Amino acid sequence: MPLPRTRGTALRQQLAELRGPDVPAKALDARALAALAANPGCARRAILDGAGVNKTALASALGSPSAFGQSQFALTRGNAFEAKVKADGGAELLRLVHEKLDRSAEPPADARVPDLTASGPQGRTARTELELREAATRPGVWTLLDHPMLALDVAGSPAFLEPDAVVVHPDGTWTVVEIKSFPLLDGSADPAKVGAAARQAAVYVLALEEVAARLASEESPAPRVRHRVLLVCPRDFSNLPAASAVDIRKQRAVTARQLARLTRIEDIADALPEGTCFSPELPVEELTAAVESVPATYAPECLSACELAFHCRARSREEGAVTTLGRPVRAELGGLTTVEEVLAAARGEAGDPGDPAVAALRRAAALRAEALEAACR
Amino acid sequence: MSLISTLARLEAVSTGRAQPAATVRHRHLGDRPLVLVPLITAGEAGAPLGALVGTDRDAPRLLAVPQPRDRDLRFAFLAELAGVVLPYVDSYAESVEAAERTETDPETGKRVKVEVDLCADAPQLIVPSRAGIDLVRLLGRSMRFRRTAEQDPEAPYPAPPRVPLLGRWLTHFGERARVPGSSLLLAMTDLLGRHWVTGQSTLEDQHLGALLAWIDPPEGVTGAEAALRAELERDEQGQLLCPPAGPATDPAFDNKLLAPAIERYDRARTALAAAEDGLEADDRLGALTAAEREIRDLVLSRTRPTWDAVWRGLDLLRELPEGARVEERWTRDRWSFTGHRDRLLAGEPPQPRRDDAVTAANKLATREREQARLEAQEALDDPLVMAGRRLSGEAFAGEVTDVVMAYSDGKRPSPRPLVTVRTDDRPQLGERTKVYRSLGGKPQAAEFVADEEDGAYVVLRVLDKMGRGKEPEPGSVPEKGDRVCFTLFEHEQRGGAKLPDPEETPWTHGGPPGEAALEPADPVTEEDVL
Amino acid sequence: MTTVFDPSAAAGQATDAILRDTLHGTARGVVVDSPPGAGKSTLVVRAALELAEAGHPLMVVAQTNAQVDDLVLRLAEKNPELPVGRLHSSDSDPYDKALDGLENVRKSAKAADLAGLAVVISTAAKWAHVKVDEPWRHAIVDEAYQMRSDSLLAVAGLFERALFVGDPGQLDPFAIVGSEQWAGLAYDPSASAVTTLLAHNPDLPQHRLPVSWRLPASAAPLVSDAFYPYTPFRSGTGPGDRTLAFGVPSDGSGPDRVIDEAAASGWGLLELPARHTPRTDPEAVGAVATVVRRLLDRAGAATSERAPAPAPLTADRIAVGTAHRDQAAAVRAALAGLGVTDVVVDTANRLQGREYDVTVVLHPLSGRPDATAFHLETGRLCVLASRHRHACIVVCRAGVTDLLDDYPSTEPVQLGTVVKFPDGWEANHAVLAHLAEHRVTWRP
Repeated sequence: MPLPRTRGTALRQQLAELRGPDVPAKALDARALAALAANPGCARRAILDGAGVNKTALASALGSPSAFGQSQFALTRGNAFEAKVKADGGAELLRLVHEKLDRSAEPPADARVPDLTASGPQGRTARTELELREAATRPGVWTLLDHPMLALDVAGSPAFLEPDAVVVHPDGTWTVVEIKSFPLLDGSADPAKVGAAARQAAVYVLALEEVAARLASEESPAPRVRHRVLLVCPRDFSNLPAASAVDIRKQRAVTARQLARLTRIEDIADALPEGTCFSPELPVEELTAAVESVPATYAPECLSACELAFHCRARSREEGAVTTLGRPVRAELGGLTTVEEVLAAARGEAGDPGDPAVAALRRAAALRAEALEAACR
Repeated sequence: MSLISTLARLEAVSTGRAQPAATVRHRHLGDRPLVLVPLITAGEAGAPLGALVGTDRDAPRLLAVPQPRDRDLRFAFLAELAGVVLPYVDSYAESVEAAERTETDPETGKRVKVEVDLCADAPQLIVPSRAGIDLVRLLGRSMRFRRTAEQDPEAPYPAPPRVPLLGRWLTHFGERARVPGSSLLLAMTDLLGRHWVTGQSTLEDQHLGALLAWIDPPEGVTGAEAALRAELERDEQGQLLCPPAGPATDPAFDNKLLAPAIERYDRARTALAAAEDGLEADDRLGALTAAEREIRDLVLSRTRPTWDAVWRGLDLLRELPEGARVEERWTRDRWSFTGHRDRLLAGEPPQPRRDDAVTAANKLATREREQARLEAQEALDDPLVMAGRRLSGEAFAGEVTDVVMAYSDGKRPSPRPLVTVRTDDRPQLGERTKVYRSLGGKPQAAEFVADEEDGAYVVLRVLDKMGRGKEPEPGSVPEKGDRVCFTLFEHEQRGGAKLPDPEETPWTHGGPPGEAALEPADPVTEEDVL
Repeated sequence: MTTVFDPSAAAGQATDAILRDTLHGTARGVVVDSPPGAGKSTLVVRAALELAEAGHPLMVVAQTNAQVDDLVLRLAEKNPELPVGRLHSSDSDPYDKALDGLENVRKSAKAADLAGLAVVISTAAKWAHVKVDEPWRHAIVDEAYQMRSDSLLAVAGLFERALFVGDPGQLDPFAIVGSEQWAGLAYDPSASAVTTLLAHNPDLPQHRLPVSWRLPASAAPLVSDAFYPYTPFRSGTGPGDRTLAFGVPSDGSGPDRVIDEAAASGWGLLELPARHTPRTDPEAVGAVATVVRRLLDRAGAATSERAPAPAPLTADRIAVGTAHRDQAAAVRAALAGLGVTDVVVDTANRLQGREYDVTVVLHPLSGRPDATAFHLETGRLCVLASRHRHACIVVCRAGVTDLLDDYPSTEPVQLGTVVKFPDGWEANHAVLAHLAEHRVTWRP
């Protein structure tokens, strides 16, 4: 007799079915994290990311391909920069960690750079954890983990994460390092890009904290994961590395709460019609119906964060949702949510004149008409 | 977003066409603006790929960098850009008019009027989008600390002669663009977005092609359809029909067209270098020229649609009459231009990397003052903007229903007439709130006395601009039946307090910054990529 | 062994240390953080008097004319003999008429007219126009966290040393144009004066007033945890030291039940059904007005450490706080409709520094379809939640927790700037979680 399935494995099974037969789960990558940050309240995004659906393939299959692409120039340049930063056993990178975050420690020399190769994400995660455990037994030594693999439990299934580097300090604390290719110009960098990097690093910190908790024992407490990460960027107009410490406490708190909320995807999954599947192999009508069975809360910010944005925007426009024009548009419209509702209320054809939103709209319409008329005269 | 512009946006959705956001033009447009449509290479800070630049819409100058990683080619691009921009800027530096300026006399410390030159007009740079303004700033920053061979014979990679100067001008344009209401450097998307609202979000309005499609769709299509096409439609090669206005290019263009072309160029160059005799070199030079030609054509194909869009936008904007107070703000731009011209003539060093405490505070104060000025002036110039202020209770309009003569107390009683205005607006008036109306272009102040019939009638006491006599001068007091519009905001901005000189920076702000050291040029490394 | 916290002793020790540093210390500046109701004004007045008595001419910088006039009145109350100068602008009605009744207060728009007086007080804006040959030996800068760095730059040359006092938890100063280009600089002109001061002078003595005399024992822990996570404070009174009782019993309605809940626990949340509404949500505005009306009708009596006998809860001891001015106007109109005219109704900005027995707050996020940075600003909620001596009643539509959860977290990050804590988003969650324990749901 088979054992009763636990809720966790049941969910995992359910999510696998949503992806479609033999479709592997996609990792929770930087793009998915950006989408989570841009629209944490979107149920459609939540279930698709939670199930590890490849949204790029899905968007193409729906006929609204995403516009995200990467120029090979940027890619080449980014890779070359990262290689330069990590050259010579990460000497420069470790020097920056020491200078920006841990000046009182011994300067790094003869740092350990363990080999983390292993097969598959599970294997690499295990390997990373092993090396972190190993580093904990060697106080006073700098260790550089180059592209470690971490797992974070998201909505009942492990999401794999790959930070650029993690450094173990001589005092046993851990630092996340993010290497980006946008420049640090005269000490400052594009705040939107730094913000995105900070949120990404915050997720790595959360994942590392789970590892750290597992390393705790009777004799030794869990290693501390530092809440200041190191951002390494090209300096000014050169490709020389420059670094800045970034305090990610806020991003960590927000992301922790958002990820905790992702567990609600159980509820979303349970509300889906029987047999729902998001496999890009399905006929477009079936796929559209599946996607439409989960509500989306589209906003223009999705365009720069989510692969499905063009599909959702088209739907949102068809429905005449005012938020298609931006979240702030709704602020003064009260309970009115569609373009036609608002215009009808403004024209005096519908709406309760006692509703302050309706009254304000009518005043706005009258003032606008008066001004345009005055200008025509 | 005010409810009035929200409403306009929704009307745009429903009609499929952009709606007016202004009834006059709120920015100065010169007779001969210089349009610059730049492209950059992905992944590198301000590495130019090419540009279209010029003042003649039919004859743009095409600049291209066939290998953006090559320092010499980049310098050649910048030198060529300087060759277009600097003569244009210089053409405005010569013609001056006499003007007065208040300065502090260094000996007496008194404020005195001095006669100075003011450039009669100023150059104006138009770029397609806000990212273009950022690039102007970045290019300015990348060039202004460079040393030419003449300045520093030891400089390892000397910049071409006029490049550092171009850097200083672009830096000035970029800084001036941060001042609200200024027009020395403008982005077409901002200009259009100020004067029209579309049926898409302001984020989507950053796409020049889509924005223009809403305002001026081709025959037979709605703005919405045209905008969607401009945004997404691709040809059979997968290239966008309406390329992004830059400076960033579409990755599909980079990967499918540009990268192979650059590779061919690199190969042709290597081959030329390896040529063993004159004949072979001639052949290979031909191949190199062809490869370069190909890249120039690619750059042209990605910039020309944007170039045309910018000029089309200028046409549309010129159809709007200029706001009455735009000229006054342009005069401030002329002052700014003249000031920078004079600093260059005086041999001052390039703008520093970072402002000192006093400069930063002065800039912030200026910009806040200009922001307030802009808001007031746009409302006074444009009934549609004023409508927004009326809706938010910051202004009211109506008809004068009663005027009662009254006088101030004191030895020499002055006129303080009580004016009753009937209005449908709902201004946020409190006890003795000051209000202002424009009287012959100057603000006349009044104060709120009372309201009657639940705000339908507002009683005001007029306070000034009625002359020195006991009886007000003719025309200085509203009359019964007049349409009037009063604002709760002031029309003119007071100057702020004078801040200490930088060398007197107080201890709270780090003390004096010390002797201004010449900022070092950026370090140059062997594989340096700009 | 447990030590008993003696609030008076703790506050006294802090004050003594501050005055010692101010009068006898060697540092050019002394910074004092004062949480809500911790006796900031008392400290400023006391420091001013002691400096004056020691024969040190003193200039005082405050941020608004109301604050300046209030300080002048307080000084005159404590020492009617002290010669005080009130430097004012040349606008009409530049100062409170009450100052005309004070013999030792000289008023002028010119600093020269006030030369030689023991204390001269004005706003930062007015001081910025003053020029002196000889700087003042001492200055007090009040509400220094609400002062902008550029404003301090304009006046700092007028004094040699200064005591900076303020509440870091209230609303930050702001600029009406972007100032990102200076973010990360120690002297960013749009930062608060204290931020700049400490960035350049990290070794200045910093003190904290550890006791809130305003907030009751029911409120201090929440306000301290939510808004001052790294600089906690305590209430000066213990549980049971203050009581709020009503002569007229509850009629069982939502407003009465929430009043009783707040009277018993110090907090009350009157939750209306979830709905997206415009800012001036008539039901929420009506609910606020009804709560105020019932507070007055039910013959409230507030007992506190101030007097042995209960004090009647009169209109002047109640205030209503909102986020926006139009909301305040709507509440005033609704109150007028219920015959209430003398209860203060104002926005958070204008309620800063004020104190009441009971406050009724229209939650900044109530009914909103979206949250914005303005509505999430930590200082706004902090001001609204910390004006009361007895109880705070919040009126809000259901659904704000979801609204907060759906708030995009895409804030840009400027390198080199100090992260300000707490985060508005987190603070809002903390306050809501606490209020949920005192919830009364009501369908008007």
